[in-house]
Amino acid sequence: MITTDILIIGAGPTGLFAVFEAGLLQLKCHIIDALPQPGGQCAEIYPKKPIYDIPGFPEVLAGELVDNLMEQIKPFQPGFTLGERAETIEKQEDGSFVVTTNKGTQHKAPIVAIAGGLGSFEPRKPQLPNLSDYEDKGIVYMIKEPEVFRDRRVLIAGGGDSALDWSIFLADVASEVTLVHRRNEFRGALDSVEKVQQLKNQKKINLITPAEVRSLEGAEKLERVVIEKTDSGEKIDLEVDDFIPLFGLSPKLGPIADWGLEIEKNAIKVDNTLDYQTNIPGIYAIGDVNTYPGKLKLILCGFHEATLMCQSAYQRIHPDKKYVMKYTTVGGVTGFDGSKKEAPKAVVKAIE
Amino acid sequence: MSDIKIKITDRQGVLHEVDAPTDMNMNLMEVVRSYELAPEGTIGICGGMAMCASCQCYVNSGHDLPEKSDDEEAMLSEAFNVEDNSRLGCQIHITPELEGLEVELAPEEI
Repeated sequence: MITTDILIIGAGPTGLFAVFEAGLLQLKCHIIDALPQPGGQCAEIYPKKPIYDIPGFPEVLAGELVDNLMEQIKPFQPGFTLGERAETIEKQEDGSFVVTTNKGTQHKAPIVAIAGGLGSFEPRKPQLPNLSDYEDKGIVYMIKEPEVFRDRRVLIAGGGDSALDWSIFLADVASEVTLVHRRNEFRGALDSVEKVQQLKNQKKINLITPAEVRSLEGAEKLERVVIEKTDSGEKIDLEVDDFIPLFGLSPKLGPIADWGLEIEKNAIKVDNTLDYQTNIPGIYAIGDVNTYPGKLKLILCGFHEATLMCQSAYQRIHPDKKYVMKYTTVGGVTGFDGSKKEAPKAVVKAIE
Repeated sequence: MSDIKIKITDRQGVLHEVDAPTDMNMNLMEVVRSYELAPEGTIGICGGMAMCASCQCYVNSGHDLPEKSDDEEAMLSEAFNVEDNSRLGCQIHITPELEGLEVELAPEEI
C-alpha cells in the first residue's frame, strides 16, 4: 500500500503543479496516470505544439512545459504510478481513501485530487459488431510483450507510427504480418514508411491498402477476418491468429464516472466559490476535468485551482493548525530532499 | 457583425439553422459548441488541433471548401465513419463564402 498526503489522479500540468503547491505546505503527493509518461495531453497529443498563454512564457512547447514542471516539483519527490488507471475508490473508517488501479496497486491518502483532464487515454477500437467477443481471444490493442506473437499470423490495422513500427518489428518475429490501412498513404516517420516499403518488396509484410477489416470470425477465438479493398470492393478472407488494431488513443472519463461524484457535461462538478471540492468531502477535482459556472479549460486556470485546492487540503489534514501563506520569494523553497532555494541575501556594507 | 446562415444536423438527426459570425475567428466546431448542438466533452476534445475526430462532419452542400491540410487528411484517414464528404469541423473557418452551408455531425466514436 502506497501512502501519501494528497493522491493526485492525472499527471498533466495541473496535477504536476499541485505537487509544487502541496510541497510548499509540506504535504507529500503521489500521482497515478494511465499513460506511461507524465504530462497528460501535453505529452501524449501535442508535445511539439506551442502554447502562448502560460503567464510569463510568451511561447513554450507543451513538452517543454511538462519538462519544466517536472524540474520544478523535483525537490518535493512525488511518487508516480504510471501506466495504470485509477479504477476504484473506497472510503475508510478514518476518513481517508484507498484508490486501487486496474493493475491492483493500492494507494491510501486523506485527500484525493482528481486532475484527470479529459479522462484516461483508452485505445480507439474499430467499429465491428462482434469485436468484444474476441478481445483477448485474438484481439489486443496494445503490444506489451512482442514475443507472444512469435511464429503466429498477425494482422495489424492502422496508418500511424505505431502501426508502422510494430509491423516492422513483428516482421522478424511473427510467421506472417499483414498490414491493413484505409488509405495508401501512411502518416509516420519517413524512415518507418520506407522500411515498410522495403519489407513489402521483400514479401515480409503483406500490405493491403486501401482496405478495411469488415468482419471477424471464429468459434472460441479469432480465426479469420474478412478484409474489403475499398477501391475495388474485393473481399479478402484471411486466416489470422492475432488482430492488433492500432488506431491511437482517445480520452474517456472512465471508472471515475462511477465514483459517486456529481457529473455534468462529462465533467465533475466542484465548488468554485471555495476550494474545488466535489460533492464528496476530501475529494477535489481540478483542471479540465471539473466544471463550474464560467469554467474555462485552460492550463493557467488549472494552476490556480490546484493552488486553492492545496490550501483546503492542508486545513482538512491539519484542522488545528493556523497557516499563513508565504511568498516563495520570502520563504524560499525547501524540498523534501533537503535542497533549499532562496533569494540571495542583500549585503549591508558601508561604501567608503 | 456579419453573420451567415448554416444548417447543422445534429447526431440525433435534428436540423438546426444557426447564425454563424464571420468576424470572430470561429470555426465550425466552435459554432456547434457555442449553440450546444452536441454535449460538451463529445466534440472538440483536442481543442481544435485536428488531433481527434470528435468534430467530424459530412458536408452535404456543394460549397467550395478550402483544401484539407496534411493534419486533417491524416486524422480523417484514422477516424471512423469517414465518408467522401467528411471534414473536421475545427478546420473549417467561418467565412462569408460559406453562406448556406449544410453539414451533418458524424456519429460519436464510442
